[in-house]
Amino acid sequence: MTPILQIQNLKKIFSRDGQSDFTAVDDVSFDMVPGECLGLIGESGSGKSTVANMIVRLLAPSGGRISLDGEDVTDADVRAICRKVQMVFQSPQESFDPRRTLGDGIGESLLTAGRPAAEAREEVARLLESVGLSPDFASRYPHEVSGGQCQRAAIARALAIEPKLLICDEATSALDVTVQAEIVALLSHLMRGHGMACLFICHDIALAQGFCDRLLVMYRGKIVEEGTPDEVIQSPKQEYTKMLIDSVL
Amino acid sequence: MTAVEPTLLQAFVHNSSGKTRLYIFGTMAALLIIGALFSESLCPYDPYLQNLDIALEQPSAAHIFGTDRYGRDMLSRVIAGSRTSIFSTFLLVAIITTLGTAIGVFCGWARGRADNILMRVSDLCLAFPGLVFALAVAGVLGGGLHNAILALAAISWPKYARIARSQTLSVRETAYLKAARLAGCSTSRLILRHILPNIAGPILVTATLDVGTMMMELAGLSFLGLGAKPPTPEWGSMMSETRGLLQTIPWAVFAPGVAIFLAVMVFNLLGDAIRDYLDPKMRVKS
Ligand SMILES: Nc1ncnc2c1ncn2[C@@H]1O[C@H](COP(=O)(O)OP(=O)(O)O)[C@@H](O)[C@H]1O
Ligand SMILES: [Mg+2]
Repeated sequence: MTPILQIQNLKKIFSRDGQSDFTAVDDVSFDMVPGECLGLIGESGSGKSTVANMIVRLLAPSGGRISLDGEDVTDADVRAICRKVQMVFQSPQESFDPRRTLGDGIGESLLTAGRPAAEAREEVARLLESVGLSPDFASRYPHEVSGGQCQRAAIARALAIEPKLLICDEATSALDVTVQAEIVALLSHLMRGHGMACLFICHDIALAQGFCDRLLVMYRGKIVEEGTPDEVIQSPKQEYTKMLIDSVL
Repeated sequence: MTAVEPTLLQAFVHNSSGKTRLYIFGTMAALLIIGALFSESLCPYDPYLQNLDIALEQPSAAHIFGTDRYGRDMLSRVIAGSRTSIFSTFLLVAIITTLGTAIGVFCGWARGRADNILMRVSDLCLAFPGLVFALAVAGVLGGGLHNAILALAAISWPKYARIARSQTLSVRETAYLKAARLAGCSTSRLILRHILPNIAGPILVTATLDVGTMMMELAGLSFLGLGAKPPTPEWGSMMSETRGLLQTIPWAVFAPGVAIFLAVMVFNLLGDAIRDYLDPKMRVKS
């Protein structure tokens, strides 16, 4: 089976004026198979978002290769790859344009793909229902809905073009615990329905444990541990992983 | 009376809600604009009609602001002058807002070399005393209202470029812009649909506040003889025409002066009201 995502020796160096260069992502390699749910965990600042932003090409890698669905996309443009991979961001309200409705945001990728406006509107209503929101949310503004509802809308937006890979960058971290559980349940339901793979980025190992098929632990830009959730939690090989586990369990 | 009025005005400005003030000053500005549009039918007398028999007349029931040295009715000239003064100011503000915003958005979006060069040019313009530059332009291109507008436009756009640039830089880092890029938006769509609407607020406020400033600068250039040319009624040049007679017929200077003062005040207060209204903190309250 061709991996949906293949990452080889990915590197990101930020040059900061007046200071020495900073290596945020250092020689990261991993694969994902279609339909898999991979958890990427690690403390804040370990480089998880930088990896995610490089996969969707919002950031250019400093080195290494990225392949999506068997195609090398290391030097591709966001517009070329956004039909295959989508992202859900940490703070739902901030991920929607404050001057436009949720419906505009969800339907935008359909319009840029050349779908007629009327068709896009119907599709937005259907997408809203698929994430458990009523279609009249399409006319609301981001500040008029709760964080959980907004994150559902963000998931609807990500699903609009039926990506093969969904990246959730701390998609539940800004939400209450009960809402967090609802969103995770929705994600696993949608993944099964769409046969979509999910790269689930989070700093909470307990949350990732219940949801992911496999875990990667990241520390200071490197992947320090890999395995099934049980392997990682029961017999961590690294001190850092033990510390992460102790801090939550 | 003079002691009471400012306090009342201040109390009103500080206490009334953003929306009320927006409506009040918006209406006043609209009245000024409509008045300027239909100034011809509002004039009680022909503003160009000379009648030396009634030259230098004091204010009276027939001529509320008196007459100038050619016997022209001052009130009619002030009303007729509103069209030149207000619309040339609008044209100037429209030019600098559009030009400055376009340059600023380009710089904030493209960054790099072009940004550096354009920002140095804008520093240069900001450091240059406006009047001196306008005098130089008038020296090269000649006087006249068009050249006065060009001269002021050439040095006034950087304020807008700076606002637009810094706002563009902050909007381009937001999650919603990343989401829009991931939705497959082209650069033009990103700028027109997402960046411009989100940076329009502060630019609109600055433009409204600038109407007053630019009106005074244009009037100043006209006063120096570098703007509107007689006999075209324009507030700045009217003050200039009559300034030699300040001792004998103070009303002839007074009338256009009051007109400038009122128009500048209305647009400044409107700018403040728009700013308060758009301020997110104010909005949550209401
Ligand atoms: N644009 C940037 N310029 C400089 N440093 C950055 C930039 N983006 C992220 N970093 C740094 O890279 C490191 C990793 O950041 P990030 O990937 O956001 O971590 P995480 O998502 O795991 O919390 C942090 O130390 C951060 O300060
Ligand atoms: Mg992060």
